[in-house]
Formats: sequence, C-alpha cells, structure tokens
Amino acid sequence: MKVLVPVKRVLDYNVKARVKSDQSGIDLANVKMSMNPFDEISVEQAVKMKESGAASEAIVVSIGPAKAQETIRTGLAMGMDRGIHVTTDEDLEPLAVAKILKAICDEEGPELVILGKQAIDNDYGSTGGMLAALMDWPIGSAANSMEQAGSELTVVKEVDGGLQTVKLQMPAIVTTDLRLNEPRYASLPNIMKAKKKPIDAKTPADYGVDTAPRLKTLKVTEPEARKAGIKVEDAAQLVDKLKNEAGVI
Amino acid sequence: MKNPFETDERKAFRETVRSFVEAEITPYAHEWDEAGQVPWKLHEQLGELGFFGFGIDEEYGGLGFDCPFMRAIAAEEMAKCGFGGVGAAVGGRGISLDPIQRLAAPEIRDRVLKDIVLGKKGSSLGITEPGGGSDVASLKTTAKRDGNHFVINGSKTFITGGMESDYFVIGARTGGPGLTGISLFFVEKDAPGFSRTPLSKKMGWWASNQATLYFDNCRVPATNLMGQEDYGFIAIMNNFNNERLALIAGCLGMMKAAYEDAVDWAKQRETFGKPLIKHQVIRHKIADMSAKIDAVESYMLMICWNMEQGDIPVAELSKGKFFASKALEFVASEAMQIMGGAGYLRGNRIECIYREVKVMAIGGGSEEIMRDLAVRQMGF
Ligand SMILES: Cc1cc2nc3c(=O)[nH]c(=O)nc-3n(C[C@H](O)[C@H](O)[C@H](O)COP(=O)(O)OP(=O)(O)OC[C@H]3O[C@@H](n4cnc5c(N)ncnc54)[C@H](O)[C@@H]3O)c2cc1C
Repeated sequence: MKVLVPVKRVLDYNVKARVKSDQSGIDLANVKMSMNPFDEISVEQAVKMKESGAASEAIVVSIGPAKAQETIRTGLAMGMDRGIHVTTDEDLEPLAVAKILKAICDEEGPELVILGKQAIDNDYGSTGGMLAALMDWPIGSAANSMEQAGSELTVVKEVDGGLQTVKLQMPAIVTTDLRLNEPRYASLPNIMKAKKKPIDAKTPADYGVDTAPRLKTLKVTEPEARKAGIKVEDAAQLVDKLKNEAGVI
Repeated sequence: MKNPFETDERKAFRETVRSFVEAEITPYAHEWDEAGQVPWKLHEQLGELGFFGFGIDEEYGGLGFDCPFMRAIAAEEMAKCGFGGVGAAVGGRGISLDPIQRLAAPEIRDRVLKDIVLGKKGSSLGITEPGGGSDVASLKTTAKRDGNHFVINGSKTFITGGMESDYFVIGARTGGPGLTGISLFFVEKDAPGFSRTPLSKKMGWWASNQATLYFDNCRVPATNLMGQEDYGFIAIMNNFNNERLALIAGCLGMMKAAYEDAVDWAKQRETFGKPLIKHQVIRHKIADMSAKIDAVESYMLMICWNMEQGDIPVAELSKGKFFASKALEFVASEAMQIMGGAGYLRGNRIECIYREVKVMAIGGGSEEIMRDLAVRQMGF
C-alpha cells in the first residue's frame, strides 16, 4: 500500500508572528520556518505504517517555494521514501492545493493520504476535506488514533466533547490531530540517508491546475493586546465588580 | 552572519539537536543537576539520534563518517541547556570510543562498542590521577604482566561518568618513565581488584558524576592490553583534539545561552526610568560579549574546516580552547552582572554557567597547558 503525506512549510510554532507594516500579511523574512506540526504527526504515522509493514511506500509532498525542499528533506530524514516538490512562490489557497494533490493521487494511486487537520499559519483546516470531496473518498478527520485491517480503516476522531469512531473503506483520507502520535526526531544517520532519496521537481502547471486565488485578503492585524488586570481590595469589592462591571454574576 | 561552511545536512542536524535539547533536556536540566544524575534513557535517546557515532563504523552503531562541524554542533547545542553536567554525563564516553574501536582486541570491541555508541552502556577514559592531570608523562599507575594477565595498581580520579560506566580505558605504566612507557588497558567494572567512589560536592557539572577509581592488584587478561605495549598513550593523542573541539563548542553554546538570557533581561528590566538595555554601560557590555562570541565561533569554524581537510591543527585547537574558556569567563561574568540578583538564584542558566566556567578552563587540558602546547606546536 502506498501512503501519501502532504506537508507544509510554515512559520515555526515557537516564533512570534509579526504582521507586516502594510497589513498585507505576516512578515516571513529571516524567520525560522519548519514543518507544520500536524504534518509531522502525519509523517510519523506513515513511517510507523512502513515500519509495521502496513505500508510499502511512503511519499512526502510539499507545494511551496524552493525552500520547501528542506521540509521535504525533514520528512525523508524521518523515514519517508521519496519526495515530490511542487514549486510555487504563490501562497496557494486550500482548493488549489487540493486540486494539485488530486492530480498527484491520480498519478501515484495511493490508498491512503494522511494530512494535518490544519496548517498553523492560515488555519483553514479545509485541504483534507476538499481533497476527499475531489477524490470522492471517505475521510476520517482529526484522528486521535487509527487502525488498519485489510482495506478497512478504523479512525477514532476528536469531536467536541469526546471521541467518535468511524470505519472507512480505503482508498481514504485521514487528517491528524495532536494526540495521534509523538513525532520522532530525525536521527543523524537518517539525515544522511535522506540526502540520497529522490525528490521529483514539479510545478502547478505540470498538473494543469489553475491556482488563481478565489479569496482576497483585505488586511491582517495583530490580535488586540490584553489589558492589564486590577487588584481588588476585598471579597466585597470583587463581588461588586463581577456583578456590576463584568456582569457575570 | 552567514556561515560559509553550512550545508543542508549540518543545518538539519542542528535542527534535530536543538529541538531535542529544547523539548527533552532544557525543561528538566536543572532538576537533573540538583539530583546529580540524568535518567539513563537520555543516553539511549541521544545514542539513537547518532550523537555518539562520529568516526565510528556503522557495524558498531556508528555513523560511518566523521564531521568536525557536526561534532561542534552537537556540543554547542547541548551546552545551550545551560547545565553542563548534562552534556558531561552523556558525553563522558566520547573520549573512550575511538580508542576502543581502534585499539581494543576484536573480541572486546565487537562485544562492547555498539552498546556504548547506542547509549545502552557507559564508558570512561581514565588518565588523570590524584597525583596530577596535566603532567600525563608522570602518571604512576602501573601494570605488570603476570602470565596471561596484567596486574594493575594505582588510582585515577576525576573520571567523568565513572560511577555508572561499565567499561574503562585506563592509562598505566608498563615501561620506563615518560609518555612512551604508558599503555592502555580495557577494564570492566567487575574486574577483580577494581573499585570506585564518587567525588562529591563539586563546583559544577552536578548532573554528571566523577569517580575515583582504585586498582588494587586488579587483574585483567593480557588481551585487554589496547594497542602496542608502552605506546598506548601516544596512539590516542589525536583523540584529545576532538575533545578539545567539543570543549570549544561547549564554551560557545554556554556563551550564547548566557548572552541570550542577559539580553532578554536587559530588554525587560527598567532602572532609572528606562530599560537596562538603553543604558550605555550595559550596551557596551553587550557589544563586548557579542564580539567575543563571534570571534570564538569564527575561529572554531576555521578549525573545523581545517580538520575536515584532514589536518590536525593542534596549535589552533589549543589556542582555541583557552581563548574560548577565557571568552566564556568574560561573557558569563558580564551576563551575570547584567542580570543582577536575579541571575544569582539557582535554577537560572547563568548561575550554573558562571560556576562551570572553571571546568572548561581546567578539564581537557588546562588554559596554562593549552598555551604551552600551542607555543611548542608553533615551534618555539
Ligand atoms: C569536572 C572534571 C571532569 C574531568 N573528567 C576527566 C576524565 O573523564 N578523565 C580524565 O582522565 N580526567 C578528567 N579530568 C581531569 C582533568 O583532565 C584535569 O583536572 C586536568 O588535566 C588538570 O589536571 P589537575 O587537576 O591534576 O591539575 P594539575 O596538573 O595539578 O595542575 C594544577 C594547575 O597548575 C597548572 N599547571 C600545571 N603544570 C603547569 C606548568 N608546567 N606550567 C604552568 N602551569 C601549570 C595547571 O594548568 C593548573 O592550573 C576532569 C576534571 C574535572 C574538573
């Protein structure tokens, strides 16, 4: 079974995002970029499936600028077999990404695509769902755990207030949540091996996908700064403030 | 500044070590330091990441290649946790690996090396004696042949990891006075006549242990002689170059950590109506610290490059080592000064870094000995 894992290069989760002065977006110049944390979980899942023999080949795909190749290498160093890099300098919307991924699925014929449930930059959370719709495949989203038996996949999903178990017939799509697994660190021997693993270089045009944006970003702003709290003198004042100012009791 | 020697693999390796240190070490380093020990699991995790595999063949769990840049990256990123004892606890084995690979009898090497490289077992190199460390040529521990055995008598001290190691590489005199005359022996922890006690209450490196080893008619099979009799120490002199590189890189990591904490503090702390960082005196301290850090880093990279070319720049490694520990002494002191009372509290990186300046200035070749060696290497 072939497993395909799309990964996105995003602003590192430890870096505090700064809005550009013209409010057109986030300033990405000279800041640390890494693999989207949910995608690390997807990669870990695919590598685990390879190790257990469930998967025969694990392919890592990234659609992004030239530097996204580093993100693919990270996936290869974690244990993926080969990469596909679709180079574009545009910040693609989920629909364009999903269409490119569909074209890759048509070409590669994976039985399983594992994506992060969202990318931490734009937080759209829609690529997995769109790809499922385009492929007409079932989807288990926000996976907390997954198990495969033959061509059937049992996915435990994180839903509001609990867990929901679904069974999917493969080929299928799974999107990963934070608790699915703990991604491994790329070891030095594997980093060196990754150097020799092939990465196919492609462009959106190779797949005949129209990537023109459907959305227009009007402006990006910082969240409002939190105001400092106050200290109350005594319990009576606290009750008074909660009642009359905050209106919560 | 951009690093002209950067490659994708080095960058990726730094990324691995950095994220590992940030997630798996830094949050616990102080706790381990106070406890005087790191969990053994850490040895195994680092072993799996390839931390101990430089210059070791793949069949023994090694990387099958060596890279001075990556050795330096590993030591630098490790040191950034701020508690040098953690790096010492796991890295103590480092100086014994190459001797075991090159000089141990095949039976011994095949049996033990992989476990050490993968972090399953510990090993230590024991050269320093209660009678002295700098003057290796005068070491007093003796080994006398007795049929199919050697009988070792004497003691070693300051042996890093010695309380937990299963295996030891020990320098002992088999011949006449001087450096030739010293042989190396592989000694296991349960060898008859071997015992050990911990050195307690040290100035730093608390998370690691240093042991005094006693050899009281300690018998080892003659096959435990490593390499040629009388020429063992001479055969591992090169080994100390990698250790010195790692110590330079360790100083660099400690300096960067101290600098980072001091600058963060200087930005937040207000005195006399403005942030500390706006006071000229503090700004000058930051400039001086930063310049020294850059200088050590640039020098270290050049040394790495020369080593990668196959040279052994002994003079530069010696100069680099004392230059780095001197720079660290300055940076740690200034960083502590900027942080004021806050830096003086236990649990802060800077408090520990400040205390651990001295082990960097003494261990692995003291500043005085490094200067002397450098000038001799320069031909004077
Ligand atoms: C925490 C720690 C861990 C260690 N781990 C190990 C280990 O794992 N294995 C191991 O074998 N050793 C280890 N050592 C020992 C270390 O290598 C020695 O401490 C070092 O070589 C110095 O030796 P010494 O302490 O005996 O000092 P000495 O050799 O007695 O020197 C004392 C002082 O005199 C100076 N000095 C000596 N000779 C001269 C001279 N000719 N001219 C001018 N000045 C001179 C020295 O620089 C030093 O400042 C460790 C030490 C420490 C502190």
